[in-house]
Amino acid sequence: MNSHQPLRVEEVPEITVKPRAGEKVLRVALAGQPNVGKSTVFNMLTGLSQHVGNWPGKTVEKKSGRCRYGNYLMHIVDLPGTYSLTANSIEERIARDYIVKERPDVVVAIVNAATLERSLYLVAELLLLPSPVVLGLNMMDVAEQQGYRIDVQILQAKLGIPVVPMVASKNQGVKELLEAVIGLAEGIVPYNPRQPEIKEAHKPILEKLRELMDGLIPEPYPLDWVAIKLLEGDSEVTELVKGWVDKDKWGEISALLKGHEDAILDIAGGRYEWIRKLVRAAVEEPRMGPVSLTERLDRVATHPFWGLVVMALVLGAIFWLTYTIGSPIQSWLEESVIASLANLASSWLSFLGAPAWLNGLMVDGIIGGIGTVLSFFPILTVFFAVFGLLEDVGYLARAAYVMDRFMHWMGLHGKSFLPLFLGFGCNVPAVLGSRIIEEKRARLLTIFLTPFIPCSARMAVLVFLTPVFFGERAFLVSWGLILLNLAILALVGKAMNSLLFKGERLPFIMELPLYHYPNFRTIGLEVWHRLSSFLRKAGTVILAVSVVVWAFSYWPTGSIEGSFLAKLGVILEPLGRLAGLDSRMVVALLTGFVAKENAVATLGVLYGAGEEALASVLEKAVPPRAGFAFLVMEMLFIPCVATVSVIRQELGSWRWTFLVIGFYLVLSFAAGILVYHVFPF
Amino acid sequence: METANSLKTLVDLKAGEKAIVKELRGGRGFVARVASLGLIPGAEVEVIRNPGHGPIIIRVKGSYFALGRGEAAKVLVEDSA
Repeated sequence: MNSHQPLRVEEVPEITVKPRAGEKVLRVALAGQPNVGKSTVFNMLTGLSQHVGNWPGKTVEKKSGRCRYGNYLMHIVDLPGTYSLTANSIEERIARDYIVKERPDVVVAIVNAATLERSLYLVAELLLLPSPVVLGLNMMDVAEQQGYRIDVQILQAKLGIPVVPMVASKNQGVKELLEAVIGLAEGIVPYNPRQPEIKEAHKPILEKLRELMDGLIPEPYPLDWVAIKLLEGDSEVTELVKGWVDKDKWGEISALLKGHEDAILDIAGGRYEWIRKLVRAAVEEPRMGPVSLTERLDRVATHPFWGLVVMALVLGAIFWLTYTIGSPIQSWLEESVIASLANLASSWLSFLGAPAWLNGLMVDGIIGGIGTVLSFFPILTVFFAVFGLLEDVGYLARAAYVMDRFMHWMGLHGKSFLPLFLGFGCNVPAVLGSRIIEEKRARLLTIFLTPFIPCSARMAVLVFLTPVFFGERAFLVSWGLILLNLAILALVGKAMNSLLFKGERLPFIMELPLYHYPNFRTIGLEVWHRLSSFLRKAGTVILAVSVVVWAFSYWPTGSIEGSFLAKLGVILEPLGRLAGLDSRMVVALLTGFVAKENAVATLGVLYGAGEEALASVLEKAVPPRAGFAFLVMEMLFIPCVATVSVIRQELGSWRWTFLVIGFYLVLSFAAGILVYHVFPF
Repeated sequence: METANSLKTLVDLKAGEKAIVKELRGGRGFVARVASLGLIPGAEVEVIRNPGHGPIIIRVKGSYFALGRGEAAKVLVEDSA
């Protein structure tokens, strides 16, 4: 299913921490299905010591961190959240490969006590693998609220592995979990796992498979696991075994497997039977209790009509919050902090007798660039926090459900909505977020369409320039431009879907997690990680570009009029003039390739005005018709270089990447020219 | 044993109706995937939402899932009790 293989993957070296004298190192893997609170547990254990990178050779995020407890230093790896350990998705393969090949000292399996039966399924698979397992029985509070009574002692006895009840969001049971991990690693805690039984009908075949392959399975693969996976029809293990045994042996094996193609259902059925027995012994289930919170909220949130209303309100609230909280802080940063910093630097440099170019480089290039990066922080912080909150309480899956109808129309998946929505903050996380879409085709299309979503940088340009050209009507024009982008997104998606994919339907299977109270620590850490990665990746690019643009606008003559940048604008002017743009506006558009918000800064430099003065200068110099064409082009132009680089990374193909660049370039100019000639002013 | 009209798919159920999964019609990948969610023969399913177009919502073993109509049509069910 997931065959997408990037050619180049960013490799970030992990920070290795040396154990203190006498400290013992343990390697712990954290496993669990989605929506069991695994990331909350991970955050509680590792806090700010987390490292976020990629799994080697994969574009799946890998989180690791460390935790000191007593005399132990634990290196904790957060495995991808998966429902099972088949070969059907990259995430599942990563999780099982890690345990098989790296053999962590202990695997911590987190399950949701409120959906115990289902979340134990993964545990049934984990018990086949070589590392010992501790069960973290999380969300005990939610289970109790719903009327479940779980006897932990019985569950532990029946499973034969340590079971720790937890409410990770309230930091309950975390210590006990660590004690159990250490106990298991040191062999102090008893460990006699009971495996699920396979159905009678398949027992002889499994036995036969084991006999046939005995001694032929290389380290580190466990024989029993290989045999079961073969019987399940696991594509990856089947290929592996083919390579390990000779032709005759494989003939025997495949003859055995023939006629048992449905074994996967029996094996899964056997696991659920095993789970059922455990649960029957250890859990008192609620009688028909009161209608649950999830059910009540979903009467509205997933309603075909009211669900859309709720979503529109939520979106509105997000942007209202982003701009009422974020924008004032942003202006304060720009006007007070950055401006006084620039003044200070400027007067110091003059005092020291520095040459004019050094002053320009410091004030306009470096401090200006830092200012641009900083000015993003308030808006991104609010946006990430609200998004994280909605994800944490369980609402985002509902939004994906409600949007699926519309997304399918464009050949997208309901889940495509989430990364596209993220795109309003920044296209970079949106492209990266498209990883949640398992279906390759929908993922490609989502990535391709992402640049149509106006990111906050383009919004900032919009917010700055629309009042200049349209005064009172700026708000309406801004909305119109955003809607125009979304309409084009829908039309292009629809066209691509029917042209390239013949309008074929996509599979859609998605969990709607139970609603629960948010965990602010988890959200806070998520915001922190996203911000710091923005600072590292986008921030450095923006700063570098700010310096380069300044240099191009300063040399060789020391003034803008004779600079390289102005010359480039003159060369391209004939094309721009078709859309009413002069050379300076063309250059502003081009520098937007490096970072969208540069458009304003470049205009400022080229028109020889600061941001304050720029508004009045532009108002006089540029007619509204050309201004409007410029805004349309800015909204549709090639995505910024940071976005292009992650698109390249996710698509794993230069051809597709250049297709994206060319597509947006042509579309942007075509739209600009069209608008300029049609605009009624 | 079964009359023809007792075999339906999940798509045929209205919101609030419960049924027992009888059979999964689909490739191995599909079967393995829904099985890991608890949707296996013998499991009880309740349809929570079926708006007539677009995906449906089901509840199985205490969890909620959205299923596309194509996927839901691959799950054959039988009225419970």
